[in-house]
Amino acid sequence: MADQAAPQTALLAGVPGRSRAWMIWLAATAALALVAPHLLASGFGISLLNRMAIAIVFALSFNMLLGQGGMLDFGHAVFFGLGGFATMHLLKLADAGIFLPVPLLPLAGALGGLVSAVPAGWVATRREGTSFAMVTLGIAELAVAFVVMLPQWFGGEEGVSGDRSAEPALFGFDFGAALQIYYVIAAWALLAAVLMWAITRTPLGRLTNAVRDNPLRVDFLGYDPARIRFLCFALAGLFAGVAGGMQALNDEIVTVSNIGSAASGAVLLMTYIGGVGTFWGPVLGAIVVTLLQMALGTLTDAWQLYSGLLFVFMVLWAPGGLSGIILSHAPLLRAGLGHRLLARYLAVVPAALLTLAGLIGLAEMAYRLQAVRSGGAPGRLFGFAVMPTDPVAWVAPTLLLLGGLLALRSLAPRARAAWQEAHTLLARGTPR
Amino acid sequence: MEGLLLVLLNGLVYGLLLFMLSSGLTLIVGMMGVLNFAHASFYMLGAYFAYTISVGLGFWPALIIAPLLVGGLGALVERYGLRAVHRHGKLAELLFTVGLAFVIGEIVPLIWGRPAVPYRVPAVLDFPAFALGGINYQAYRLFMMGVSVAIFAGLYAALARTRLGLVIRAALTHPEMVGMLGHNVPRVFTLVFGAGCALAGLAGVIGGNVFTTSPGMAEALGAIVFAVVIMGGLGSIPGALLASLAIGFIQTASVTLDTPLGVLLGRLGMAVDPHGALAEITIARAAPAVPYLLLVLVLVVHPRGLMGARAD
Repeated sequence: MADQAAPQTALLAGVPGRSRAWMIWLAATAALALVAPHLLASGFGISLLNRMAIAIVFALSFNMLLGQGGMLDFGHAVFFGLGGFATMHLLKLADAGIFLPVPLLPLAGALGGLVSAVPAGWVATRREGTSFAMVTLGIAELAVAFVVMLPQWFGGEEGVSGDRSAEPALFGFDFGAALQIYYVIAAWALLAAVLMWAITRTPLGRLTNAVRDNPLRVDFLGYDPARIRFLCFALAGLFAGVAGGMQALNDEIVTVSNIGSAASGAVLLMTYIGGVGTFWGPVLGAIVVTLLQMALGTLTDAWQLYSGLLFVFMVLWAPGGLSGIILSHAPLLRAGLGHRLLARYLAVVPAALLTLAGLIGLAEMAYRLQAVRSGGAPGRLFGFAVMPTDPVAWVAPTLLLLGGLLALRSLAPRARAAWQEAHTLLARGTPR
Repeated sequence: MEGLLLVLLNGLVYGLLLFMLSSGLTLIVGMMGVLNFAHASFYMLGAYFAYTISVGLGFWPALIIAPLLVGGLGALVERYGLRAVHRHGKLAELLFTVGLAFVIGEIVPLIWGRPAVPYRVPAVLDFPAFALGGINYQAYRLFMMGVSVAIFAGLYAALARTRLGLVIRAALTHPEMVGMLGHNVPRVFTLVFGAGCALAGLAGVIGGNVFTTSPGMAEALGAIVFAVVIMGGLGSIPGALLASLAIGFIQTASVTLDTPLGVLLGRLGMAVDPHGALAEITIARAAPAVPYLLLVLVLVVHPRGLMGARAD
């Protein structure tokens, strides 16, 4: 799609008007962060917001590598987790009576992330592309093995836990209440996001983009690409550590699973679904995936499968992610070409829904079959009582899926053609 | 002495199994530049297919059918998945296989359940072939060794002696030139990808019943296979063999040693607090870290791996 080129203009535009727009954005985000917990005045709502804030910082730090530096880090959760452990150990010191203000503890996470990213980056950033990815995978496995090996430091299976409200109150706040810790986490998220955005505007940030696009040319310009990758890697580790510190304060526990491959996979998933080509894509991805996870996680056992399928779908058909989809449609809507797309897009919707219903039906039937086999009840699916052991029950979802796929095969290319046509019109400058 | 021989034999079996996985992957990586992240997932599918087939038809049909099924599946994935994302670049290809591994990892427990399935060694080969130091050595492990060696002999002969092997070897280093000479390079890619997956499937068939067949088996072995492929050097089959055997021996040996790490470091002249964290770790507990430690060491000393021709 055309959105591969578009993000660069968004990142590279350095006109003053842009900065003013950013100030407005920042003020709006800060205001939203201030009032959001009062709009969702429930424990669930605030814990959702906390998770989102943590996921946003983590995804943004991951995108410093993947989106801005072209480096796929399979072990990014290592820095997240080690930052969390560092924060947790300081929290325990504070519990023991040493004066350490709780809201500043994510700084320890930053240090933990940075200190662990330096040796890892020193090894990994000597390589690029696929080899880099594989080396980070090795480093991640090594880190997990070490954490499991050293229960004295990392608490083994149970992890390390502390109590953020055990310290003497600071200016009357003990940070035990959900709302108080929310403001600490939101402030850190905002600060970290602003800093990461600022880094994209520094010479280092620009060189990181250059190394992603053409390392050989950067080398000829007199900069060492490996060194730039290393600096970027260390900074990304630092911010992942901040996110880990925020998580440690929020959950009051850090375990091996925070370091493991599942956590690294989750951040890749949300960053890519949001879109790696823009700065704000990962923010969108973190919000959407966290919402999906919280909403679907209570509804179905299959949400992991669904998020995996969504990821594969994005890789195959929308490599720019959600932000790429938005960026490739915004200029069309602004030019008043939206009506050319609407009919063709609406035609796809029923077919897509049919496919989705079939897919969900099959997956849910399979999960219910497992439940029945292990002695559970099949439960209801879309309001129907289903018996997954009966082969007839599988016919309907299979037919739905096949019918949907067939319809998509003929309708999707038309929607795509309409999109391309609209872009051609836009490029020619003859709207309508 | 007999204990050492046992460790060597087990290390050889494990190393050969690793090589069966990594040889396919290294061909794919070397030729297409794509690290197939789902390679170990095909190993898992091989084991599960073999389990299902062996329940109905027995082990021997499974030995033939399961790898063919897995290979066919791999060829489909290459033709309709990888080739479609190819235009989005290398990163998209890698991410596609990551997503595929994730989805396969979710679908397998959906079909066969979360607990390990009872995939057993065939009764014909489930007898002690000989005893070493009072420990019986199962005949099936000798069979595994035999199959591995036969496959490699066959693979080597096919690559070195046939015309297709010549084209594959040429496409490893000069894909554009091979295409210019009129060979259908994409079809060669599909073939190699399918064959690599079939090898992974075969490894699953013969390894799944000795180790466990459970939904976690792909993740457990996947990272080690990647370590082998990078250590050996991308695209180098002899390098993959060397790295597989090295990791096989070292990991098997380190599992059996329960000397604390502190004692070892002390012998090397490093002072370690006898009651500290390091002093209490036995070498056996450090065993899972060994392949990755080796990987990092090799990369620091020799960034291209043991026998790698290509740097990336």
